[in-house]
Amino acid sequence: MLLLIPLLPFLGFVVNALVGKRLPKAVSGGLACAAMLGAFAASVMAVLSARAAQDHFVQQTLYRWITSNELQIPLAFRVDPLASLMILVITGIGSLIHIYSTAYMHEESDSEYARYFSYLNLFAAFMLVLVLGSTFPVMFVGWEGVGLCSYLLIGFWFKKQSAADAGKKAFIVNRIGDFGFILGMLMLFVNLGSLDFQRVAADVSTRAPETSMGVITIATLLLFLGATGKSAQIPLYTWLPDAMEGPTPVSALIHAATMVTAGVYMIGRNAVLFQHAPITLSVVAGIGVATALMAGTIGLVQNDIKRVLAYSTVSQLGYMFLAMGVGAYAAGIFHLYTHAFFKALLFLGSGAVIHALAGEQDLRNMGGLKKDLPITYWTFLIGALAIAGVFPLAGFFSKDEILWRTYSGGHTLLWAVGMVTAFLTATYMFRLVYLAFHGERRHEAPSASSAHDEHAHGSHLHDAPPAMAFALIVLAIGSIVAGFVGVPHALGGSNRIERFLEPSFEVQASAPASPEFQITEGRAVPPTLPGGEARPGSEGGHAAVAGGEGGHAAEADEGAERVLMGVSLGVAFAGIGLAAYFWLRNRPAAARVARSAAPVYTLLLNKYYVDELYNAVVVQPIKGASTLLLWRGMDAALIDGTVNGVGRLVRGSSDALRRLQTGSIRTYAAWLFLGVVVILGWYLLH
Amino acid sequence: MPTLNHFLLLSGVLFAIGTAGVFLRRNLITILLSIEIMLNAVNITFVAVGRYQGIVDGQIITFFVMTVAAAEAAVGLALVIALFRHRETLSPDAFTSLKW
Repeated sequence: MLLLIPLLPFLGFVVNALVGKRLPKAVSGGLACAAMLGAFAASVMAVLSARAAQDHFVQQTLYRWITSNELQIPLAFRVDPLASLMILVITGIGSLIHIYSTAYMHEESDSEYARYFSYLNLFAAFMLVLVLGSTFPVMFVGWEGVGLCSYLLIGFWFKKQSAADAGKKAFIVNRIGDFGFILGMLMLFVNLGSLDFQRVAADVSTRAPETSMGVITIATLLLFLGATGKSAQIPLYTWLPDAMEGPTPVSALIHAATMVTAGVYMIGRNAVLFQHAPITLSVVAGIGVATALMAGTIGLVQNDIKRVLAYSTVSQLGYMFLAMGVGAYAAGIFHLYTHAFFKALLFLGSGAVIHALAGEQDLRNMGGLKKDLPITYWTFLIGALAIAGVFPLAGFFSKDEILWRTYSGGHTLLWAVGMVTAFLTATYMFRLVYLAFHGERRHEAPSASSAHDEHAHGSHLHDAPPAMAFALIVLAIGSIVAGFVGVPHALGGSNRIERFLEPSFEVQASAPASPEFQITEGRAVPPTLPGGEARPGSEGGHAAVAGGEGGHAAEADEGAERVLMGVSLGVAFAGIGLAAYFWLRNRPAAARVARSAAPVYTLLLNKYYVDELYNAVVVQPIKGASTLLLWRGMDAALIDGTVNGVGRLVRGSSDALRRLQTGSIRTYAAWLFLGVVVILGWYLLH
Repeated sequence: MPTLNHFLLLSGVLFAIGTAGVFLRRNLITILLSIEIMLNAVNITFVAVGRYQGIVDGQIITFFVMTVAAAEAAVGLALVIALFRHRETLSPDAFTSLKW
């Protein structure tokens, strides 16, 4: 039955890819939506059966995929609490975005429309394989598949050079990370003898955490490299802002809600493994918080509405990695889940704006849209409040959970940077809101001369059509209520999501004992301690770990937590206030500040020149070396040289030899005679 | 009584004369005649050796050589006539256009 979950979108893909061209839009779009809704229904059933199961998970093995001596990889799907959450997010939000897309993409031709939905369905299928896979290789299939779909969808309007380039950039940057992922996977197999998540966890849990650069540390660092590629973290984040060249619903689904969270999911899936590599965890936390801060500062000055959201996504993903890095796996996944709602909402809202303005994406050409686009405005505002972390919207609970876990784990510096980022988040989000929806209208400026027809010029802009409005409203409701599953103890809640996810971050008691265990060598000493030892946190000494930590929080801690919540709420409001001052009340002041801090402003506007840096340090040297060594040296000189050289040799020697062909009969006769004399002479002398 | 060596010597002399004719003469017909001389020099060798060995193989093969030589003379003369019609000369040096 688990098979049904990815199979339905895949069937949608097959049908739309094969015959979609000849189907009317209503059929191809409806089919794609139906496939997603069907997958959602199947997911709900799977989640319910997993809830009912004794070990909190259900598993389905389809067949033995790879069999090679020790390497046994079944094509198996497993739904545990973590996967439950993911499949619900993917199919649920995915369905909404499919529905939204039916309206958003309506101006495309029938065949393009079907192509779009076939890609979107294929993406959903691969994403579901990614989260359902019970082993690394199955996950990797999904991991690569979503990368492919991301490439296809970013470059959906491939006739536009920038879109085609952005697609390639995303794919290539992701490949770098994927290479790390493969290496990490191989390393785990070589050292642990298994690639099943539960077995790896069970095996690793018998070892002591590595305090130096050991096998697990290196393997997890490699896996994390894969995560930085997929989830757009330093140093591989540069593709995500460019990925905004794709259609906006794609940005919402792939580059905000689902695919980019795959890295976070992967770490959550291997929580036990990562817990045994403290060095990796500090790297994860450090990179996460650095990315969060950097992307937040860049987001502050960008002028493209989708780019602001893209940097915001990078920044929020940084938060999730921060949570993973401090061992607060449940908090990170919780943020992933709430973020999916409000970031999808924000992207879809920006899509509605772009749709209304016929392709205009520049914030400087918007403004005053509040009156014309009421649904978009109010839903967008809810999303902005949620991401800014205003109580009691979804973002508040998840973000504060992360910040609290960071603080209580003793990582004060990380916490401080996280707080600054929270402030920046509120500021740039409300800058966006004020620039786009408030103030006077600027979009009838000549820049509205984009390729589309004149409905942008009309004084009345139309708000989101029903399909889009429906998705926006559902997501807005989600952004409000999604956080209530994780109300912390400090606020009288019970943090249900944490207890729900807990089993996923522990060793499954019933993990099938694998014969490979005996083969592996160099295993750390303690034989499996009974019961709770396997719990990742209990040996690490971290205060903040996955699992039922919250239940043991002391009263004093709860007090401190409440204080911190107040602080972060204050920070959020300060950010909103700052944005209101600069971009609502006193816009010239913003320009003045930008001028007076011109170097910083330029630095931020140019995204710290990271693209240029990569271009100079990586791309150009590779291009240079390829030109010199591979093209000129290898291809042109060696290979072409050999081939052409053989030709020239034959030609040259023939040129000399053909002079023998004089045409004079008596010369031939002379040669003949000479030959006979030589042969006879040879016989005579021997 | 002539010995085998006498015949072989005669054959060698005839063959040398024929070879010299092929190389030195400037007339295609003479060259063909010289080739005939060379063939007949070989025939003498065959017959002589056959006689002294007491077997008939030498004589039989001589008949073959004579048949082939007749055919060759017919074809050769036909070619010579055709060439002469083409170039109005019988010098082999006039027919060197078939080269590199």
